[in-house]
This record gives sequence, structure tokens and C-alpha cells, in this order.
Amino acid sequence: MAFFYATVLVGIAGLISVLRLILGPTVPDRVVGVDTLNTLVVAGMVLLGAAYDRTIYIDIAIVYALLSYIGTLVIAKYLQGGLA
Amino acid sequence: MNYVEALIYVFLGISVTFNLLGSFALIRFPDVYTRLHGATKCTTFGTIFAVFAVITHALYQLHKTGDSKYLQMALHSVVALIALLLTNPTGAHAIAKAAHLSGVKPARAVVDAYEEKLGGGSE
Repeated sequence: MAFFYATVLVGIAGLISVLRLILGPTVPDRVVGVDTLNTLVVAGMVLLGAAYDRTIYIDIAIVYALLSYIGTLVIAKYLQGGLA
Repeated sequence: MNYVEALIYVFLGISVTFNLLGSFALIRFPDVYTRLHGATKCTTFGTIFAVFAVITHALYQLHKTGDSKYLQMALHSVVALIALLLTNPTGAHAIAKAAHLSGVKPARAVVDAYEEKLGGGSE
């Protein structure tokens, strides 16, 4: 049960980073918000996998971490002057 | 409650504390570089301890029940931890460089060494 409560608290931290995603004055601020949210979602998925005894959630967390990294790199590449 | 469960609670407490501190840093800090600094470091540290808690839980259940799905859970958590540790600082570095090159300046900064290195000093 402790894993479930920890997941709820990590989810609250994720909602706070969504607040930065909405408020952020510049585009890099929003990208930082998305990057933090991705890390928190990975933490939440690993904790939920332990809470419900399902290893498949942890596998999805691995794939999500790698794909969100690629997304962050593409957005950064686009911000510093085009995808070419 | 034995020692292993107490260790799991300690790991979960550290994880939740640092994740919440990272998201508060994201709200409270003044510009994009300090936000990146606080949020990336704190959430990476917090997620490391969340994975430590899951590994401890899985190895304890493996020892108690002998079910091999808990060994699978521990090993896959280690893989998730390695993926996160390799990708998170690299992504933060890319965001910081892209933010500087796209024209966002540090708030209230006196010296901008990267601007001087690029050769485009405004003064």
C-alpha cells in the first residue's frame, strides 16, 4: 500500500510541473516542464508496477524513458535553429 | 515491521521528498536555467530512490515466496534505472544549450561565459 501512496504523491509533483507547463513564459520553460513531467511519469510507472505486482508497467516505463529522451532531443534541436 | 520494510519506507520517503522538491523548484526559480538545474537534479535523485525501493521490495518478495516474477521485476527496474541515468542529464544539457542559442538569457546574471565563448558579447 505504501507504493500506491508514494505514486499519488509523485502524481501531485507531476501536477505541479504541469502548472509550469501552462504558465511558462518562454518555450524552453515549457520544454523543461515536459522533461520533468516525463521523469516523474517514469517514477510513477515503476512505483505502480510494484504496487500492483505487474512487471509490464516497468517495461513500459523503460520504453517511455527512451522515447521521451528522443522527443526532448528533437525539440532542443528544433529550438537551436532548425531540424536540418 | 522488520528491517527490510523499514528500509523500503525510508527509500520511498526520500524519493517522494526529492520529487516534490524538484517540482517546487520548477515553480519557484526565476529563469529557465535555474529551473532546469533544480528540477532535473532533484527528480533524477528521487527517481533513483524510487527504483531502489522497488528493487528492495522485489528482492524481499523473491526471498519470501520464491516466485521468479519478482526477479524479473528487479532486473527490469535496473534496466529502467540505467536508461534514466543515461538519458536524463543528456537531455538537460541539450535543453540548456538550445535555450541559450534560441535567445533566452539568464535572469539577473552578471557574467555569461558561454556568450563570451561564442564571440557575440553584447558589451
